Amino acid sequence: MKAKVSPDMIYAPSENVVAREVQGEFIIIPITSGVGDLEDEIFTLNETGKSIWAKLDGKKALKDVAGELSQEFEAPVEEIEKDCLGLVEELAKRRMLVEVK
Amino acid sequence: MKEGPYITKQRIDKASLWKGKVLPLAKLDIELSERCNNNCVHCCINLPADDLQAKKKELSTDQIKNILKEAASLGCITVRFTGGEPLLREDFEELYIFARKLGLKVLIFTNATLITEYLACLFAKIPPLEKIEVTVYGMRKISYEGVTRIPGSFEAAWRGISLLLEHKIPFMVKGALLPQNKEEIDEFEKWAANIPWMDKPPSYSMFFDLRCRRDNGKNEAIKSLRITPEEGLKILTRHRERYLKEMKEFCAKFMRPSGDKPFSCGSGRGGGCVDAYGYFQPCLMLRHPDCVYNLRDGSLKDALENFFPKIRKMKSNNPEYLTHCARCFLKGLCEQCPAKSWMEHGTLDTPVEYLCAVAHTQAKFLGLLQEGEKSWEVEGWQQRIREFVEKES
Repeated sequence: MKAKVSPDMIYAPSENVVAREVQGEFIIIPITSGVGDLEDEIFTLNETGKSIWAKLDGKKALKDVAGELSQEFEAPVEEIEKDCLGLVEELAKRRMLVEVK
Repeated sequence: MKEGPYITKQRIDKASLWKGKVLPLAKLDIELSERCNNNCVHCCINLPADDLQAKKKELSTDQIKNILKEAASLGCITVRFTGGEPLLREDFEELYIFARKLGLKVLIFTNATLITEYLACLFAKIPPLEKIEVTVYGMRKISYEGVTRIPGSFEAAWRGISLLLEHKIPFMVKGALLPQNKEEIDEFEKWAANIPWMDKPPSYSMFFDLRCRRDNGKNEAIKSLRITPEEGLKILTRHRERYLKEMKEFCAKFMRPSGDKPFSCGSGRGGGCVDAYGYFQPCLMLRHPDCVYNLRDGSLKDALENFFPKIRKMKSNNPEYLTHCARCFLKGLCEQCPAKSWMEHGTLDTPVEYLCAVAHTQAKFLGLLQEGEKSWEVEGWQQRIREFVEKES
């Protein structure tokens, strides 16, 4: 089931995962059970995912994250916001990101 | 492997993330203690659990944490906690959680006797992300404790295994094939097949290693427990089709003479083993004084970049090695390596006759050698490998 994610929401990496960059690969490793799907799996983020993840600090709303990335990458904000929501949906359903209220 | 637009999910052991790249340190073994609460007849590394002198020399909690931190910074993905019995350390839980919070996967080698309800709950809450590997010494009290020589160890091990099952902690079992338990092999395999995480029959240690520290008082006893090469072959070929399939794949990749460099294995490249006292070795077994690096005065990085590569370049000048092992094409079947040479002879490049006999016996069975032939005398070995690999089963 997908989490309902909107541009006004704020997200941060869960304390139950560790993100590591190893030899240019950005990987997310679950610490506690119930994160991810299977326990012997790790997750890697692509370049888009990595850029979004780096901005998810638990303070900025997703629309602001998209705004910053739009300026950095000189890309349409609508497109970036779609990517942000897509990534957050994927990771929130795996409990790798948590909503900050 | 499943793909989403932003995220890829894959089993790390199947991952091709680093295909073509050699990670500076992909995997690190840490021998948390040489002490063990069992006293197995065949073991190459156990000191008594209450050996206070050994305990006093062991790395402190902080020293191990610093090694783990450096390992993670070098890109290490998996750390193996082994021993002796790693669960003997009073700070095991602290080290385990510390490693996991660094984002390391933890592989634990254990006899399972010290797995408590509390530890099983911990593994359920913070999974190691690698199957725990449990060695089982017998299916009955008389066989099990005939090997471990510790009364009560059978019940303790089976209690530990039950806790892992009950808490659904992924684990696999391995055997050590000894006179005390060799009649139980079918029963063991039948039982092991019901463990949900066993995706193949258990492996066995049977060509036992001698003592890693060369405390030779026990070596004669260990040698007397080794099965003959012919008995070993019988065990290896119990699942004949699977064995042949694996051997074909193996032979296609690894059969060739190793030349005059005894370090033709991968040891010390992208990994290594830290012993209980802070010495970094290219592999778990190799404790030759010329091959160990003192981490108390250095770093994993320095050892991996500067010390291990020098060792790996070493060339043999032992005529026996140069005329036998260096020319032998059975490299993939033979366990001869600097570590085995060290344990058997105290050198890095002396042929180990027992291992040579084991390899020759298998090679004859596979049709790679004729009766009476010696592998180092064979011309045109490439053709023999090709024919074997291409032969219909």
